[in-house]
Amino acid sequence: MQTLSSISCRFLRPFVGALLAFGVLTSPLAADDTPEAFIKRLSGDVIDAIKADKSLAAGDINKVIVLVDQKVMPSVNFLRMTASAVGPNWRQATPEQQKRLQEEFKTLLVRTYSGALSQFNDQSIVIKPVRAASDDKEVVVRTEVRGKGDPIQLDYRVEKAADAPAGWRIYNLNVMGVWLVDNYRSQFAQEINAKGIDGLISSLADRNKTNAGKPTGK
Amino acid sequence: MKRQLSQIALAASLLLVGCASAPTANPKDPWEPMNRSVASFNDKVDDNVLKPLATGYRNVVPDLIQTGVRNVFNNFADMWSTINSALQLKPLNTVELIGRVVVNTVFGIYGIFDVASYIKLERHPEDFGQTLGYWGVPNGPYLVLPLFGPSTLRDGASLPIDFAVSPTQFVNDIPTRNQVFTLRLVSKRAELLKSGNMLEQASIDKYSFTRDAYLQYRRSQIYDGNPPDEEDSNDDPSANPVPVK
Repeated sequence: MQTLSSISCRFLRPFVGALLAFGVLTSPLAADDTPEAFIKRLSGDVIDAIKADKSLAAGDINKVIVLVDQKVMPSVNFLRMTASAVGPNWRQATPEQQKRLQEEFKTLLVRTYSGALSQFNDQSIVIKPVRAASDDKEVVVRTEVRGKGDPIQLDYRVEKAADAPAGWRIYNLNVMGVWLVDNYRSQFAQEINAKGIDGLISSLADRNKTNAGKPTGK
Repeated sequence: MKRQLSQIALAASLLLVGCASAPTANPKDPWEPMNRSVASFNDKVDDNVLKPLATGYRNVVPDLIQTGVRNVFNNFADMWSTINSALQLKPLNTVELIGRVVVNTVFGIYGIFDVASYIKLERHPEDFGQTLGYWGVPNGPYLVLPLFGPSTLRDGASLPIDFAVSPTQFVNDIPTRNQVFTLRLVSKRAELLKSGNMLEQASIDKYSFTRDAYLQYRRSQIYDGNPPDEEDSNDDPSANPVPVK
């Protein structure tokens, strides 16, 4: 018996060693391997940040921008979001115009939705099981914000991205059945048809300027 | 009164034909010019009447009563959802909704307290427009209704049926009925106060932003939050955006 176990030990040891080494090397990635885990950690980080800082919950725009830049943007493919919202006209835009569109669109979204952060206090987020094959490059992660009143549907489209911090990036967001990026398509197209790409950029910039003069959210 | 109404309806439908599609019109919104003017009328009514009323209601009426009022209206809505859920052959939701209505009516004292939500019986809002959508009736053109706001031809046409079974119809006395109707409207508007003028802030054209959001939202409701991808997503350039150098 003893010989048998020592033999198997001898044979197994390198394998166990290799497995352990592999485990140690991959563990920082493995934690976020699934898209659910990625969304769970990201929303957890944001909620913790809001809970830790009252001025964030109050919608302090400068602090929200810092939070978004540090925690959220590395996990968002904002280029893809803007390109998709602009539609086929995106290819006609010069690199400079594309850069400006991304900046103005980001400001618009951050400023509008920073108001929503103040609504967030004792809600919790429930992540639903993802129905996708493990090798899918694009996945929908469904979540629900639960608190007082009816649960709010909040879904994410995520894409596999080797260079992203968690191996995934968000490229669309669904609030209560409305895909955010899709919802900008027709008004952006309308603006470009009427006034060109520069016209859209200046409309976005004007809207951001008007919003800056008003308190957000409330 | 009836005669007048039918004349107005006739005039309105003639108006609709008159407004038919400009060449660049959005295929989902051929009546855009008319819709835009109704939408701006609605915005004026909201700014001058409904929003001030709702703000007063929120500030003066105790939270507990506001919640109670909302729950009673929701309980009536749940009854109608139950029937529509059955019409859409959704047995599990129907049973859950029956449970909700019974629990809330009996233990929640005519629906004042939402006991059902505490025991995890969830709401599944359904209306007649959704039932028609479930059975394949298309949206038809987008339609902005005076006072009621965003709708479609299908949803607008089914509104009278939703209305016929709304709590207001159970009140025989006309002045009281109008008060109940107003209370329902104000309570609903008060719920939306906290989202502020987000629609305006989030968009460069509030009208088309609202329209597209409404159409997406209804589509999602009809598929119970899980609609299939739309066909026109193929020409989406986002899969290979040209990167910025």
